[in-house]
Amino acid sequence: MFAESREAGRGVLLPFLTAGLPDPVASVELFKTMADAGADGFEIGIPYADPLMDGPVIMAAGHRAIAQGITLPDALGVAAAVRETTQTPVLAMTYVNPVLRSGVREFFAQAAERGINGVIIPDLPIDEAAPFSAAAAEEGVGMVAFAAPTTTDERLDAVLETEPAFVYAIAEVGVTGERDAASENIHALAARIRARSDVPVVFGVGISTPEQAAAASRHGDGVIVGTAVVRRVMESSTTVQAADALRMFVSELRSAIDG
Amino acid sequence: MTYSRPDEAGRFGQFGGAFAPETLMPALEELEAAFEDAWGDPEFHAELNDLRTRYVGRPTPTYHAKRLSDQLGLDLWLKREDLAHTGAHKINNTIGQGLLTKRMGKRRVIAETGAGQHGVATATACALLGLDCVVFMGEKDIERQALNVYRMKLLGAEVVSVSDGAGTLKDAVSAALRDWVATVEDTHYIIGSVVGPHPFPWIVREFQKVIGEELAADLDGAAGKPSPDVIVAPVGGGSNAMGVFYPFAGVEGVSLVGVEAAGFGIETGKHGASLGHGSPGVLHGSMTYMLQDEWGQVLEAHSISAGLDYPGVGPEHSYFKDAGLVDYVSVSDDEAVEAFHLLSETEGIIPALESSHGLAWIVREQAQLAGKTVVLNLSGRGDKDVQQIAGVDG
Repeated sequence: MFAESREAGRGVLLPFLTAGLPDPVASVELFKTMADAGADGFEIGIPYADPLMDGPVIMAAGHRAIAQGITLPDALGVAAAVRETTQTPVLAMTYVNPVLRSGVREFFAQAAERGINGVIIPDLPIDEAAPFSAAAAEEGVGMVAFAAPTTTDERLDAVLETEPAFVYAIAEVGVTGERDAASENIHALAARIRARSDVPVVFGVGISTPEQAAAASRHGDGVIVGTAVVRRVMESSTTVQAADALRMFVSELRSAIDG
Repeated sequence: MTYSRPDEAGRFGQFGGAFAPETLMPALEELEAAFEDAWGDPEFHAELNDLRTRYVGRPTPTYHAKRLSDQLGLDLWLKREDLAHTGAHKINNTIGQGLLTKRMGKRRVIAETGAGQHGVATATACALLGLDCVVFMGEKDIERQALNVYRMKLLGAEVVSVSDGAGTLKDAVSAALRDWVATVEDTHYIIGSVVGPHPFPWIVREFQKVIGEELAADLDGAAGKPSPDVIVAPVGGGSNAMGVFYPFAGVEGVSLVGVEAAGFGIETGKHGASLGHGSPGVLHGSMTYMLQDEWGQVLEAHSISAGLDYPGVGPEHSYFKDAGLVDYVSVSDDEAVEAFHLLSETEGIIPALESSHGLAWIVREQAQLAGKTVVLNLSGRGDKDVQQIAGVDG
């Protein structure tokens, strides 16, 4: 994905949406709508009740999915269907405990079997990641590593040494959520990573408008837009309404990024 | 104990570690370095010890509960943490972490609280040291601990109501961690128990182990004084228990008993017995026994005692359990309420509902404890629970 986008000089757009909303079948349709509107791939959230890195909107989406009976296998099923339907790369986002509960090896085997390209675990710092990275490598699934504005140079070196599929560069010091102002950290963080490595860099956290997405993608390989997508689904009373809102929003993001 | 600090990875055996977002990791490293520096600095100890003596009121006495001893047929002693300033052991940790906050040059403190005791103790330390203080508290706990909410406000703290989940301690910890992810550059999180990512469980244990050290010095078996056969403490997150157990763990002839909340009864699924009936997983940044479903979702705990209403436990307790160093048992809400009345009427001491769990186990097991010297860590006083008990009694 990143090789082509670099070749074309085009920022990658990865919307995030919690799996299973409003229900497992309609959920896949929403991802298809976003792919048709210009998304290059997806971060698909496996619902978790106690998400430490997420703000109120994504937390509420997880609670709604769990209340509707969406389990880990259901969410992986949605991810597999999205992969098959859209033929775009799919990243699964989960907190660490469900992975441990499934068994690390078993989780990554399941992910591989379902065609999932990469896994994002926001409460798994590099310090604890070794057994996860080993299982991911054996199963041929990518691991994503995080860099934050607070990350020290020493830690940044260690993050890059893990040779992640890409670096999820955290644009805002805080949990996921929409921000009014553009991040002031992106330029500095991008420069610090670029000075060390040619690894793909995708910005996320606090990127909620087409303008912010365009600005961030100029400093890296692309952007993840989460809360602004999830909110549009949570505020819609029907699947049709949600699909309309996402089609319009993702098109706007696409045009802004392509500038 | 034969070890002092956790290993390089912040683990006690397989438990502990730091499962936290990258945004927080540098602050955790900074905290570890700041604590190591302070803990090796005689001036820090001098300042801490002076506050312990003149402000907190340490050492707390070990009181021989003679009337209750006679009634139960054993020799019962109470380690009176209820007599520490603010009415519980929580102040031992908040004074220590408050001094650390100043040493790190941070001005704002956040904390979570269940029963309100840690919130009050944090607000107190912040007032003493001139720090801004925000306390996160579940909305259900705000309702059942109204007195402590007002105490925090009197002390100048802001109390934030948390309505996520069941509105109890787990949700308050999560909300505090989310705030910290956003404010970490100028804020220290004074976590209230031996839980959370490394180095918190280690730091909080070091600040709480004064309880056990004082007990060992007081009941030393010399000059007509007994030495403990059994030490009993309630376990929610487990900081009072860790404080009294740690100096005795592995000591021959002393058995240690941690009492968790059985709530409505283990068989109902409405309890807080993470060690007794949970399984290993990651909660609030560390690997530990916890209550979870088959897919790794955290389950809600239940206890009449807000301080024990928590689906996890400190990782060093998980290590103690697997190493066989401590027995972890549980008693129900009803048994705890009976013990609450018993101590009030027999000794003129109204215990916290948390501490009542420890006494309830002693009452239940009085036959097997006959003739033994039993020490209960009376972790806090029960003033905060009076209104709730009045409601239970009708």
